[in-house]
Amino acid sequence: MSNKTDIAKGAAADKPREDAALLPPVDVIEDAGGITLWADLPGVPKDRLNLQVEGDTLSIEAELALAVPEGMEASHVEVNLPRYRRVFTLSRELDPNKVEAKFEHGVLRLRIPKAEHAQPKRIEVQIG
Amino acid sequence: MYARSLFPRDVFAELDRLQREMQQAFDTGPSIRGLTRGYPALNVGGTPTSVEVFAFAPGLDPATLDVQLEKGTLTIAGERKAPEVPEKATVHIGERFAGRFRRVVSLPDDVDPNAIQARYRDGVLHVSVRRKEEAQPRRIAIQ
Repeated sequence: MSNKTDIAKGAAADKPREDAALLPPVDVIEDAGGITLWADLPGVPKDRLNLQVEGDTLSIEAELALAVPEGMEASHVEVNLPRYRRVFTLSRELDPNKVEAKFEHGVLRLRIPKAEHAQPKRIEVQIG
Repeated sequence: MYARSLFPRDVFAELDRLQREMQQAFDTGPSIRGLTRGYPALNVGGTPTSVEVFAFAPGLDPATLDVQLEKGTLTIAGERKAPEVPEKATVHIGERFAGRFRRVVSLPDDVDPNAIQARYRDGVLHVSVRRKEEAQPRRIAIQ
């Protein structure tokens, strides 16, 4: 088996596609005030993380950077691409201008609050 | 040929065998501990002087990570907690791993169990084990 993909270069050396990317696993939790998104992006330093909101599209792109010793030959590879990418469509009640991001130990936490006007209101039900 | 099938002319059995052999050629076979894509994902490599293991284990407190090397077997174990879900919240997507995990790697015979280093950075645990001096390639001078 020729399984000698360099981790640092990832599949770039024998690229199937120039921009092939891993799909990071996420958790998306919605409460009354907004949505919290968690994404696993291990191996990504802070400066290689790229978050973008364009219209109603939220995209997460990140590049891996590992301290691989020179001349290392990989013998077993499960993380076989050098980047992550995942795109979400935001719904209209979310406020893309107030997205808060935290990135620690390879886990991204995004908080996307709901716009003022979309905050839940309790509707009194009249009887009669 | 005779040992393989009692009915050597059974085409279906032959096809079956062929398919199995093809599959084995492509897969390394499932691990005894389940799917090969577990948490943390592992990349393993080597240089002439060391063996390098990368465990992609994001979101952990490094102090709770348990890394052990015993009889040439490297074990990485720990626990990852699920994010807190506030009351009345809805989980729309829940793909991230949560719970206890354990992954095991057998290292080659020539590693030195006393020369092991483990670092946790950006959610990746990097374990580097040096190979024994006597196992390292050496250039022999010709007299």
